[in-house]
Amino acid sequence: MEFFQSIDWMMMLRCFIVGGLICVIGQILIDKTKLTPARILVIFVTTGAILGGLGIYQHLIDFAGCGATVPLTGFGNALAKGAIEEVSKSGLVGAFIGGTKAAAGGIAAAIFFGYIASLISKPKMKKQ
Amino acid sequence: MKPIETQKEYQDYVDKKSPNSPILKNCFNAFWVGGLICSIGQIIFNYCKYRGLELQISNTIVSIILIGISAFLTGLNLFNKIGKFAGAGSLVPITGFANSIVSPAMEYKSEGYVMGVGGKMFTVAGPVLVFGISASIIVGIIYLIFNTQTITLV
Amino acid sequence: MIKKGKQTVMFETPPTIAQTACIVGPKEADGPLAKYFDKCLEDEFWGESSWEKAESKIIKETVNTVIAKSGLSNEAIDYCFAGDLLNQCISSSFGLRELNIPFLGIFGACSTFVEALCLASVFLEGGAGQNALCAASSHFCSAEKQFRFPLELGNQRPPTSQWTVTGSGAAIVSKAGNGPYITHMTVGKIVDMGIKDANNMGAAMAPAALDTLVTHFQDTGRTPNYYDAILTGDLGYIGREILTELAETKGYNIKPNYNDCGVLIFDKEKQDTHSGGSGCACCASVFSGYLYKLLQDKKYKKILLIATGALTNSTTSQQGESIPGIAHAVSIEL
Repeated sequence: MEFFQSIDWMMMLRCFIVGGLICVIGQILIDKTKLTPARILVIFVTTGAILGGLGIYQHLIDFAGCGATVPLTGFGNALAKGAIEEVSKSGLVGAFIGGTKAAAGGIAAAIFFGYIASLISKPKMKKQ
Repeated sequence: MKPIETQKEYQDYVDKKSPNSPILKNCFNAFWVGGLICSIGQIIFNYCKYRGLELQISNTIVSIILIGISAFLTGLNLFNKIGKFAGAGSLVPITGFANSIVSPAMEYKSEGYVMGVGGKMFTVAGPVLVFGISASIIVGIIYLIFNTQTITLV
Repeated sequence: MIKKGKQTVMFETPPTIAQTACIVGPKEADGPLAKYFDKCLEDEFWGESSWEKAESKIIKETVNTVIAKSGLSNEAIDYCFAGDLLNQCISSSFGLRELNIPFLGIFGACSTFVEALCLASVFLEGGAGQNALCAASSHFCSAEKQFRFPLELGNQRPPTSQWTVTGSGAAIVSKAGNGPYITHMTVGKIVDMGIKDANNMGAAMAPAALDTLVTHFQDTGRTPNYYDAILTGDLGYIGREILTELAETKGYNIKPNYNDCGVLIFDKEKQDTHSGGSGCACCASVFSGYLYKLLQDKKYKKILLIATGALTNSTTSQQGESIPGIAHAVSIEL
């Protein structure tokens, strides 16, 4: 109960709206440009990295929390921010370490869960 | 109707004949599913914060849990149904990244666990890592150059 | 045989389509033509470990069924013409490797079945044998895997996309018999009108179908109303509409008796197949099941079957190439 009282519901609303709107941008790209899913994801991650590098994306995260970090733009931002942090700590080599380090959890989880899923499950035909 | 002679005329004619995607409906579905996925992330994030975890660790935990859920739903053959309904709503959040790794892993299982699952796992999501990581390195290098001249962008 | 006009051949002692058979997957079994198929599968694997193996099994069993139905022995069949969509036509060559019939693998994308009928007719009319087997197969899952995305990827299919038919159709063509006869064939040219959208195959193939259709009428001197039905292979709803309108601009009104196998095989609303069916098996199974039955029942006496194919692969579409189309026609008459 105490946990629920600690939730900032206004933040939750902003998260829902911003997260939703970022997805709407993706949907418009899909429907209007016939880009493949892989290209959409690349556009989002690169945009996130650029906005993160410029320090703009952090404002969106401050405003909407996971509404900004959960979409792939947030993943791109985490990569860029990680690189910047590591560069200020250890110089040039940090540019190569920082990004992957910041995103390591997500990448490793996706690889691991992907492998597990392929072990236990088979693709099935979409009925629709 | 006039006979169609050139490729250009035919392309214009086909564009007119082909139905468009129901963009309003798609956007609405993408909006609320995407928003919902982010909100689930926000609840997990709040819980991490409530437990007193660091910001960065909390964000990583959010990613890992959402990736885990997405992988689980993909394994249950459910994610493609969600994706068909929500479009970008489930593609753009980190769940879509996870799905694009898990789905080829499952698909190419028939070619064996090493070259099939292992080799083909990144056929869809590989570009995301290539462009994301490359962009982060460039950002890091640019930051380094500007920072040594004590001009900070951040 | 006599060459008529530019691209058409008339057979003087027309070969007979002696028997047909088809096996289809579970989704086709839910469609409006289900009762015409010899066998409908419960699931898309059919007990095999991969879709490629399943597709091989489908074409193998279809061929076995048609041979059994015809009462011929394998030795009595002189040639087998078969093809499919997978790289190097592996479904047919792997599926039919134990058949012990001289084998000619062919590729015409989704036009393969009619290409096989054309070749078989010429072989038999030329005196190269007595019986020939024609078969083609496709499988939704193996085609998606090869041409598009993994099945479990959560993407949306645009409204112009078509659904690859899972299944196979096979026919035995005999030199002597009581019909239905293959009286004419019109071999199509490759036509490319610059369509690049791999999700709009109907539009990419419609100009090829138009070219073959118009050439057939010019070469034979026939008009659309000569036929009880004109059927294209897999143009789908969009391609069907385009072909109808384009044929009208060329002075041929095909509206009253024209339809498309990709439109017939699925229920668009209930099955959510967007623009309709596609794949080698679309034309092959609709002909082998539905149309052959109507010919036998004498509901149709003269049909023109135009199978259409999109001669593309995933590499060319990634390289931004347009999609060349092809269409071959055979007149089948009682």
